[in-house]
Amino acid sequence: GTSVVVYMVPQYSSIHIAAVVVSMFSTIICGFLFLLVVKRLPEHVQVDDPAVVKRLAKKLERQQIPLRSDYGYKVSLFSHLHQYSRKAPLTQLLSIPSTVIHPSIVRLGLQYSQGIVAGSNARSVALLHAFKQVIRDYTTPPNEELSRDLVNKLKPYISFLNQCRPLSASMGNAIKYIKKEISNIPSQCKEEEAKTKLLTCIDRYIEEKIVLAAKAISKYAIEKISDGDVILVYGYSSLVNNILCEAFEKSRKFRVIVVDSRPRLEGREALRRLVQRGISCTYVLISALSYILPEVSKVFLGAHALLANGYVMSRVGTSQIALVARTYNVPVLVCCETYKFCERVQTDSFVSNELDDPDDLMVTRKGKTQLENWQDVSSLGLLNLVYDVTPPDFVDLVITDLGMIPCTSVPVVLRVKNLDQ
Amino acid sequence: MPGADKEADLTERIEAFLADLKRGGCGTGPIRGSGETARETTALLRKVTAQARWSSAGDLMEIIRKEGRRMTAAQPSETTVGNMVLRVLKIIREEYARSRGSSEETDQQESLHKLLTSGGLSDENFRQHYVHLKANVIEAINELLTELEGTTDNIAMQALEHIHSNEVIMTVGRSRTVEAFLKDAARKRKFHVIVAECAPFCQGHEMATNLSKASIETTVIADAAIFAVMSRVNKVIIGTQTVLANGGLRAVNGTHTVALAARHHSTPLIVCAPMFKLSPQVVITTVVRNRIILSKVNVHCPVFDYVPPELITLFISNIGGNAPSYIYRLMSELYHPEDHDL
Repeated sequence: GTSVVVYMVPQYSSIHIAAVVVSMFSTIICGFLFLLVVKRLPEHVQVDDPAVVKRLAKKLERQQIPLRSDYGYKVSLFSHLHQYSRKAPLTQLLSIPSTVIHPSIVRLGLQYSQGIVAGSNARSVALLHAFKQVIRDYTTPPNEELSRDLVNKLKPYISFLNQCRPLSASMGNAIKYIKKEISNIPSQCKEEEAKTKLLTCIDRYIEEKIVLAAKAISKYAIEKISDGDVILVYGYSSLVNNILCEAFEKSRKFRVIVVDSRPRLEGREALRRLVQRGISCTYVLISALSYILPEVSKVFLGAHALLANGYVMSRVGTSQIALVARTYNVPVLVCCETYKFCERVQTDSFVSNELDDPDDLMVTRKGKTQLENWQDVSSLGLLNLVYDVTPPDFVDLVITDLGMIPCTSVPVVLRVKNLDQ
Repeated sequence: MPGADKEADLTERIEAFLADLKRGGCGTGPIRGSGETARETTALLRKVTAQARWSSAGDLMEIIRKEGRRMTAAQPSETTVGNMVLRVLKIIREEYARSRGSSEETDQQESLHKLLTSGGLSDENFRQHYVHLKANVIEAINELLTELEGTTDNIAMQALEHIHSNEVIMTVGRSRTVEAFLKDAARKRKFHVIVAECAPFCQGHEMATNLSKASIETTVIADAAIFAVMSRVNKVIIGTQTVLANGGLRAVNGTHTVALAARHHSTPLIVCAPMFKLSPQVVITTVVRNRIILSKVNVHCPVFDYVPPELITLFISNIGGNAPSYIYRLMSELYHPEDHDL
């Protein structure tokens, strides 16, 4: 290009030509930097873009993983998201025996898609245990390095799990950590030693980020529970349940109101565990919230992820509880471990969410199922959202393993964590 | 004797009606909609007027009050019964006043001068006998019945004034008035309806199937998703069980949450309620059903919610649109203050 310019415009001096060349290169470099800094949008929120869907299909074909197809009429506001049916799990499309995917990953994928393993902590721990099994069974092929080959082996597993159920923020952070640890294995390290090192890393991650974090959060949270409190919880959060059980062990006198919602009805599990410990409980559905809130002194909520702009992403219905609690001037406390903090930002529950099986909304009352043939009616759609985002002004306090912080301090914690790493 | 037969028939009908009302409270909702209940009550009161033995307006009012007390005691949460009794009592007072010759307006105005000079309420004791009072009262009750039959259509006719094209409308549970309202607008405009299912009885499902059969784009959501989707909703249109004297509502469980979410997003909340749902009560006792005490757990299942008037934007009734602050005035036109406590 430079020689052409020189030939075409001989009257320009070499300085001008150099300037043109430098500007051309700098735009190219800026383009690269832009691509590096701005993350590529994940595929699972671009379902309405046919080019993206085709690219994903090609990638899955290369990795020999079946593509899962959407089910049912999707509400137009959510045409950019996937909607799968539980009756068609991905594992039915796999050939047996599968040479590409490790059996413990196949089992994990099935457990995710059928809802047997649910809840962000449970899913992360199950994922890490499955990866431990993968590492134990791994042997480095000849002429390959463990640090590079193992990461490549994990990529199809992650795609498979993503197809079974979109990865949660906590799972994403765990996977990032494992990949970093694997790539940091020095090349002269022997295979057995490397594998033991990785297994201890994973155990330490679980111990630090989940188990010990839960203990630290309980310690802070119990300070906030006083005798005579009436505490409201929503659905089933393993962390909040843990806090309440420990507070009860430390002889705090309180009673709990468990709020539950259709179609998942996870609150029943929380109710069962609390009643087994001997805590006095009340059970209501979320529509009875205005009725029950005047009795409540505090609201404890769990979180799926905390976003960088201070919004809390949690089970659908959490924002409603925070809204009504704010109206009645009841303090709202969110409990969340730091490994669930995420760099994404989001302001509403539409742009990035998960659509669960729409058939779950059907119910039989008095022997009649009203929505039985909803697929036959063209103008009827069922929407089964899984998550929603709560704005930070509804939340009074976030209790993390680093202490009690306001919602707006989440990016500060993220920056501190990044500097540490 | 024909008279005794008629009386026996009358008491039989009243007993059947009371049994129906009582039964409606035990199941998952009243056996008939409130419109039907209002019409049945009024028809029954007309029969009482025609067949009971009374000589003066005061006697008739006593009989109606007695029957009214029995009917409201059978099912206290069904306020339309009490409302219709109050309407009929007001009709009797008006017809009596007309027979006496005094105009309605001076009776209604409680001017300071009148209060000072009349010396209290004791001059009206309704003891005088008028020949044509019975016929007049029955005719007025017939007019009331015609009005009751046309309420849903009157409300539905106003639909196009409030719904524009490509709107997203949210509604809660099942209301026959709102269903007729939306179906009427759908004949000429295209819009999208989101129905919150209203657990545990999920009446929203039936509403959604009915609306989708009328080719309206409908989506069913769970109660937990109400706040999550509210940001994309343009209007919230709901029905109610009762409209209270202060402009508040006693509506199905979950309506207060919808009202709060709508206020947070500055979405207008429109209530479609016919005038016969207007009740002079202000104090609310929430009806709690199925308070089961399992061995260690209390379960609460409230049936109604109280929604304060500040959260409501507009009432659409068969006589037009009104702000909640105007409801007290409409009430004074429908019911007489002395009848408020049956």
